[in-house]
Amino acid sequence: MDMSLRQRLVVVGNGMAGMRTVEELLARAPGLWQVTVFGAEPRPNYNRILLSPLLAGEKSFDQIVINDLTWYRDHGVTLHANDPVIAIDRDRRTVTTASGMVQAYDALLLATGSNPILLPLPGRDLPGVVTFRDADDVTRMTEAATAGGEAVVIGGGLLGLEAAYGLAKLGMGVTVIHLVDRLMERQLDHAAADLLRQELERRGIRIRLSTQTNAILGTDQVTGVELATGEVLPARLVVMTVGIRPNASLAASAGLTVERGVVVADTMATSDPAIFAVGECAQHRGVCYGLVAPLWDMARTIADQLVGRAEAVYTGSQLATRLKVTGVEVFSAGAFDGRDGTEAILLTDPARNRYRKLVLEGDRLVGAVLYGDAADGDWYFSLIKAGTPLGAMRDLLVFGEAIATGGSDASPTAAVAALPDDAEICGCNGVTKGHILAAIAKHQLTTLDDVKAYTKAASGCGGCAARVEQVLALAIGEAAAAPAEKPLCKCTDHGHDHVRAAIREQGLTSISQVMRALDWKTDDGCATCRPALNFYLLIAWPGIYRDDPQSRFINERAHANIQKDGTFSVVPRMWGGVTTAAELRAIADVVDRYEIPEVKVTGGQRIDLFGVKKEDLPAVWADLNAAGMVSGHAYGKALRTVKTCVGSTWCRFGTQDSTSMGIALERMTWGSWHPHKVKLAVSGCPRNCAEATIKDFGVVAVDSGWELHIGGNGGIHVRATDFLCKVTTDDEVLEYCAAFLQLYREEARYLERTAPWVVRVGLAYVKARIVEDPAGRAELAARFRHAQTFAQVDPWAEIIAGRNAAEFRSLDPVEA
Amino acid sequence: MTRWIDVTALADIPRRGSRVVALPMGPVAVFRTGDDQVFALLDRCPHKGGPLSQGIVHGHAVTCPLHNWTIEFATGAARAPDHGCTPRFEVRIVDERVHIAVAQSLAEAAE
Ligand code: SRM
Ligand SMILES: Cc1cc2nc3c(=O)[nH]c(=O)nc-3n(C[C@H](O)[C@H](O)[C@H](O)COP(=O)(O)OP(=O)(O)OC[C@H]3O[C@@H](n4cnc5c(N)ncnc54)[C@H](O)[C@@H]3O)c2cc1C
Ligand code: SF4
Ligand code: FES
Repeated sequence: MDMSLRQRLVVVGNGMAGMRTVEELLARAPGLWQVTVFGAEPRPNYNRILLSPLLAGEKSFDQIVINDLTWYRDHGVTLHANDPVIAIDRDRRTVTTASGMVQAYDALLLATGSNPILLPLPGRDLPGVVTFRDADDVTRMTEAATAGGEAVVIGGGLLGLEAAYGLAKLGMGVTVIHLVDRLMERQLDHAAADLLRQELERRGIRIRLSTQTNAILGTDQVTGVELATGEVLPARLVVMTVGIRPNASLAASAGLTVERGVVVADTMATSDPAIFAVGECAQHRGVCYGLVAPLWDMARTIADQLVGRAEAVYTGSQLATRLKVTGVEVFSAGAFDGRDGTEAILLTDPARNRYRKLVLEGDRLVGAVLYGDAADGDWYFSLIKAGTPLGAMRDLLVFGEAIATGGSDASPTAAVAALPDDAEICGCNGVTKGHILAAIAKHQLTTLDDVKAYTKAASGCGGCAARVEQVLALAIGEAAAAPAEKPLCKCTDHGHDHVRAAIREQGLTSISQVMRALDWKTDDGCATCRPALNFYLLIAWPGIYRDDPQSRFINERAHANIQKDGTFSVVPRMWGGVTTAAELRAIADVVDRYEIPEVKVTGGQRIDLFGVKKEDLPAVWADLNAAGMVSGHAYGKALRTVKTCVGSTWCRFGTQDSTSMGIALERMTWGSWHPHKVKLAVSGCPRNCAEATIKDFGVVAVDSGWELHIGGNGGIHVRATDFLCKVTTDDEVLEYCAAFLQLYREEARYLERTAPWVVRVGLAYVKARIVEDPAGRAELAARFRHAQTFAQVDPWAEIIAGRNAAEFRSLDPVEA
Repeated sequence: MTRWIDVTALADIPRRGSRVVALPMGPVAVFRTGDDQVFALLDRCPHKGGPLSQGIVHGHAVTCPLHNWTIEFATGAARAPDHGCTPRFEVRIVDERVHIAVAQSLAEAAE
């Protein structure tokens, strides 16, 4: 298209709203408008929200730039940065800039944002008094902070608290002065605001509520702040965050209708149809917004208008807020403080520092405040926006999405699948589910990074990354999403699965071969990849690959758990939890002989000797070996314990001999290495005294045989097992167990326990391999047993016989 | 003034491994890297005093067994984002034997 014929769009303001409108316009009709942007700031546009992490040192400026200068060039957008527009001539349709440039327009877009409010206090012009609005403010604050000392933040709203957090993190002593009797009163109720105050105080930030400032003190630099009470707080830096005012002066001097902001219609046009306004400078239906969410809808409407879709309108936005202070989760939305005719559901858990308040009007959610755990915030917000009737969900609503929408079975992906296409996934950048799905289809995206790059979703605060991944999984399937697996560590670009496949397919048999064949970026890896490679080689080439002790974590190298004082613990195997007087006597003798400070019965039904010196380990083991005891592998990514209950031998409810079954399982599996630790248990009846249903492989006896369960664990996230199948004979139990463990260790990723692995590959897959394919099961079990012929060597006996002896000897002391 | 102390034969230290020697200034971890260089650090992690000798050696650094800080041999400093430094000692190899430099004053103090 001939340049001279193109219509000219001039944008005043190189900020979030203005540039978003330009992006939306380019996405609709790249060549239609010739775009010129004037910016008062001397830089390309950046994500203003992320000034808070920039201040706190959690992000660099480059990381918060939205479009760099190359982007402007590549998209034919002319940028005049550092040259504010000072006048508009509406008759001649031109703008004039501070440098004297005159530029003609066919359409003009005002995107001038807001200005921070400066309280009219004496001393407010002193050096050391700053606001928090742009990148220069952050530079001023970080420079002040390098010298340390005291800072006072006036205004305890969202911006003030984020500034206070950042400055405290940079090492300043910080006091927040707030006029009202609670923090963030426009977003939080009293209870949540109080929890927030306590948390910030725990982090060393002083908070003064219901406090008024009289004056800022100092002669040629700030020295303090005087309160209404006369008290003086010393300060080298004063940050004023008491509010913002739409920046509408340019519009007012051009004679446009201005109230608080530049008045716009639903088409986003001002009182002059050739001039639009967007973002914080605009006033729509009486409202001026101060958050980004409304910008996205406004920008879309203007872009539509500019490509001739006259019917496109903006009708207003509902808002939700999150605080961006690491480790403090605060979320609020809607009519959080209640109003006539509403009722509240409260959940308070002081011990875990959690609070939730849901405000209901009839059968609908109209407001929410979450403190402590805000993960469900987006879900509540979507209920508020959609006005969804709650119905039976009301009873469980306060427990969050997973529980309220059908119990723990409902997978997160299923929840995302149920969302409508216009549901917002990324609040920071206003990206909907439909938008992400379209980008994935159009550009064949397979990774989170791709989706970030193409849609900007998850590139703001990052809080929605998990949900974006779920949308990705939904679009291309969980399995297909897997190749996009993260690199194993910084030494390589390859993920676990790729490395494993290469080891098998290319016949790689040593760590150095793997590193060479797969272009490792470091000479000999790191503490993350070496143990993983050692494990993968061990499983791929049983009896051929020679274990590399230097690639094992100290516990596995020394066959004992390192303690925080550098001593070790020793746990002998106690088959199925059964012991004898002779074994107990030998343990007692060892304790006396080596002055072992503590003896404890473990949660895994055996005995732990704590505080053994490393040099004593071989001697302790030799004594235990002599009494017939071997290593319990309590330290390894290996088979740990097989817990049992007494079963039919003694118990009046027992249906089978669970103790003997447990011992048989332990005899078969001991010494085996795995991606993570593996625990087994056998219970004699469904009362399940051995807790078999939270084990990696659990066996529960019933009258007619054994029920087999897989993929459970205790730990931080307790997971009960999935039922695999029922078998009748003891031999079947052993075969199914061997096959299951072999499948797990051949296919799971290093450090992935059975529970997350089963969740990842699906129970159906495991059943298909173990239950529905008898020939495959027999082969897996045979491979397990073959590998065990090399693995079942007691590591204690090996070391006593001299293997890796250097590990346990210190060099002779040198007196010098 | 420094004094060189013969602590062990190079062959006694496993490649990508370490040995510990008690010296007047405390336990010292002597590391041998994959490319056969030798370094000596005080056997105390700058984080919470973990025994660095028990960590995994990779490149010219070791990862502490207690909480995974990585300490550079060349400087004794913790790799970012962690901060801290552990004392390091000069090492030389003479006839396949490892010598560590000890300040004369320390050596005397121990006598
Ligand atoms: C000694 C013992 C506690 C006790 O005195 O009873 C113990 C001690 C440790 N457990 Fe445990 N766990 C012990 C039974 C358990 C149990 C109970 C059981 O096995 O029935 C569980 C819950 C069941 C489970 O594993 O699912 C348990 C779940 C954990 C977890 C969480 C695992 C998870 O998948 O989330 C960890 C952390 C980890 O492994 O990453 C852990 C980690 C640890 C470590 C290894 C922490 C560490 O890295 O230093 C502790 C080592 C102490 C030491 O130096 O010896 N320990 N630990 C128990 C040893 C049992 C044994 O005879 O081998
Ligand atoms: C520290 C901080 C944290 C924030 N955190 C959040 C948050 O967590 N969530 C949230 O939703 N919102 C947050 N916000 C608010 C959000 O950043 C704003 O709502 C958003 O940036 C408004 O976009 P805008 O384009 O209207 O204004 P701006 O992004 O301010 O852009 C306006 C631009 O116009 C320029 N300009 C002004 N006058 C002229 C002129 N005459 N000529 C040329 N250029 C001109 C200005 O220099 C500025 O660059 C935060 C804001 C700050 C400062
Ligand atoms: S529960 Fe925690 S503290 Fe207790 S043994 Fe297990 S890991 Fe250690
Ligand atoms: S003591 Fe070394 S990392 Fe904590």
